[in-house]
Amino acid sequence: MSSAAQIETQKQVAEIGDKYKYGFVTDIEMDMAPKGLSEDTVRFISAKKGEPEWMLEWRLGAFRRWLTMKEPNWARVHYPKIDYQNAYYYAAPKNAPLKQSLDEVDPKLLETYKKLGIPLHEQMALAGVAVDAVFDSVSVATTFKDKLNEAGVIFCPISEAIRDYPDLVKKYLGTVVPVTDNFFATLNSAVFSDGTFVYVPKGVRCPMELSTYFRINASETGQFERTIIIADEGSYVSYLEGCTAPKRDENQLHAAVVELVALDHAEIKYSTVQNWYPGDEEGKGGIFNFVTKRGDCRGDHSKISWTQVETGSAITWKYPSCILRGDHSVGEFYSIAIANNYQQADTGTKMIHLGANTRSRIISKGISAGKAQNTYRGLVSVYGKAKNARNYTQCDSLLIGRECGAHTVPYIESRNPTARIEHEATTSKIAEDQLFYCLARGIPQDEAVSLIVNGFCKEVLQQLPMEFAVEAQKLVGISLEGSVG
Amino acid sequence: MLEIKNLHVSVGDKAILKGLTLSIQPGQVHAIMGPNGSGKSTLSYVLAGRAGYDITEGSILYDGEDLAAMPPEARAAKGVFLAMQYPVEIPGVTTMTFLKTALNSQRRQRGETDIDAIGVLKLVRAKAKTLNVSEEMLKRALNVGFSGGEKKRLEILQMAIFEPKLAVLDETDSGLDIDALKLVAEGVNALRSPERAMLVITHYQRLLDYIVPDRIHVLAKGRIVAEGGKELALELEAKGYDQFVKEPA
Repeated sequence: MSSAAQIETQKQVAEIGDKYKYGFVTDIEMDMAPKGLSEDTVRFISAKKGEPEWMLEWRLGAFRRWLTMKEPNWARVHYPKIDYQNAYYYAAPKNAPLKQSLDEVDPKLLETYKKLGIPLHEQMALAGVAVDAVFDSVSVATTFKDKLNEAGVIFCPISEAIRDYPDLVKKYLGTVVPVTDNFFATLNSAVFSDGTFVYVPKGVRCPMELSTYFRINASETGQFERTIIIADEGSYVSYLEGCTAPKRDENQLHAAVVELVALDHAEIKYSTVQNWYPGDEEGKGGIFNFVTKRGDCRGDHSKISWTQVETGSAITWKYPSCILRGDHSVGEFYSIAIANNYQQADTGTKMIHLGANTRSRIISKGISAGKAQNTYRGLVSVYGKAKNARNYTQCDSLLIGRECGAHTVPYIESRNPTARIEHEATTSKIAEDQLFYCLARGIPQDEAVSLIVNGFCKEVLQQLPMEFAVEAQKLVGISLEGSVG
Repeated sequence: MLEIKNLHVSVGDKAILKGLTLSIQPGQVHAIMGPNGSGKSTLSYVLAGRAGYDITEGSILYDGEDLAAMPPEARAAKGVFLAMQYPVEIPGVTTMTFLKTALNSQRRQRGETDIDAIGVLKLVRAKAKTLNVSEEMLKRALNVGFSGGEKKRLEILQMAIFEPKLAVLDETDSGLDIDALKLVAEGVNALRSPERAMLVITHYQRLLDYIVPDRIHVLAKGRIVAEGGKELALELEAKGYDQFVKEPA
């Protein structure tokens, strides 16, 4: 770990006077939909986006369906009833039409990104990362388009894709996460306001890591982004997603949907570092994060790999999954979920083995501190035709303090006798003697906790692309500061 | 360097040290010998600042400062080092990462700048060679799967890297065969210097054949009950601790 960088970060945190360093609000004029949710809201959003009729119909269909659905309550999370009529479903920086270059972007927005640690200009030069930054609901800046165009890669806001590539969007939208999938996904289908669209053509290895940074800025807004990534035959793409939100007393809803499709011999690597505002030390405020992420290994020999570092949100309800449809397809899930103070995390994955010789691997590291509850919930399902399916699952829980909880809820179903499924689970505590050993070597307590927890998470951190791994390591430390009394 | 006066220490309700007095000057090597349960490890933990070891009476001055008032990490930064009897495993943290983090944590507390990864690597490699700590060991997770000898060698390696002013060696000989013991003792002897004080805690005289102390203190029931030169170790070896442990008639 870069200790200098860590000190720097800790200093920043101290300066802000709070443990959440992203708790600032950017003062920009916002263009908002009227409060509440109705067909009119859906029409408003669709009109704002200048969408074609088919898209509006699709949204309305979802909305009508949503009205008939009930909020799921099977997860081990507790929260006051969400009033869906008491929120804004669309908020966009005013005068935010499409920009041709970064120079046209409101300097205040760029300043915000700078505070988030993603200076676009620098990132363009240094990291070679193309960033599609979503600020509340509208993509404001997309970089590296030219280089991607050359390779034939489409990387744009989904609103743009609906306009410019309607056939591709129609072909894939809702095919992995159907409109009817679940309460939150259906809500998203009705009101999603932006998100990212990626298409990597046949045989193309995407020349750079693609990255989107999400941030909820306006108060009482939900963020409902929709992301679709399609890797055509023999292609490869790595996609990074980072999330932060400013500090607010009220809870904000985030209900995203991500759909991934990998065709024959294609590979998608999807990495998330989620650092939504977790609420304060008394559990006040924070993001409700109800996210549906699913990948479809549609082609033979395809591969989808999810890596997530979940440190934020008051509530996390998230199960990035893989449908292993193609023969010899591979699904992976690497997860770090940290819950401190009053945070509640219920997260895991589903590996659905449909094709023959499909393989899946699940590595989950849950860390609980304070009064937090952290649940791993996972399903490994082997269907009748999935001959020789293989799964390996490892769930490790680490407890810090006495008032937190760790829960592991694995579901395993096999309808094929040739399947081989392995599940390993451990629960441990940060031992007092480990801490003392670090202290006695001159390592202060918070840094010692960070070191030990980073060690515990190592197998997952190794999966992250380099630039993200450093940030993630720091986050692990920051989110657990003061957790050992 | 170290002035311990009438030290009383309790763990929970139990009084372990009951009026221990000890003084060590720079350049000296003192040994504490004593039977099990005499309070040897308690003394080492109190010096390093482990939580739960409460000083109820007496004082510890280190370089003229009140040691008890310093948090453990500050003691390390100011040159107090404890080679532990049972070095702790930290899974997933490579030995090299740990050494770099510890070294730079100490430096930062002293207002010095960090040494970068390459600098640390060079420093560690140079010191590791003499202690027979392999490159491969440095890449493994800290103490995970290390043999008893490897763990103790790593403790001494840390002592060589951190260059403490006061080194406390708690049962550094335990669990070592004679060859491993010699190697560790050589490492310790190489670190003897006029500026450095050492406190060697051991149950057995064997270690003191290799690390020859200037002075020996016998600890029993929380007090120093006998003191002498290195020849005292041999006497103890011959007669045992019984003479000190027995209740007076």
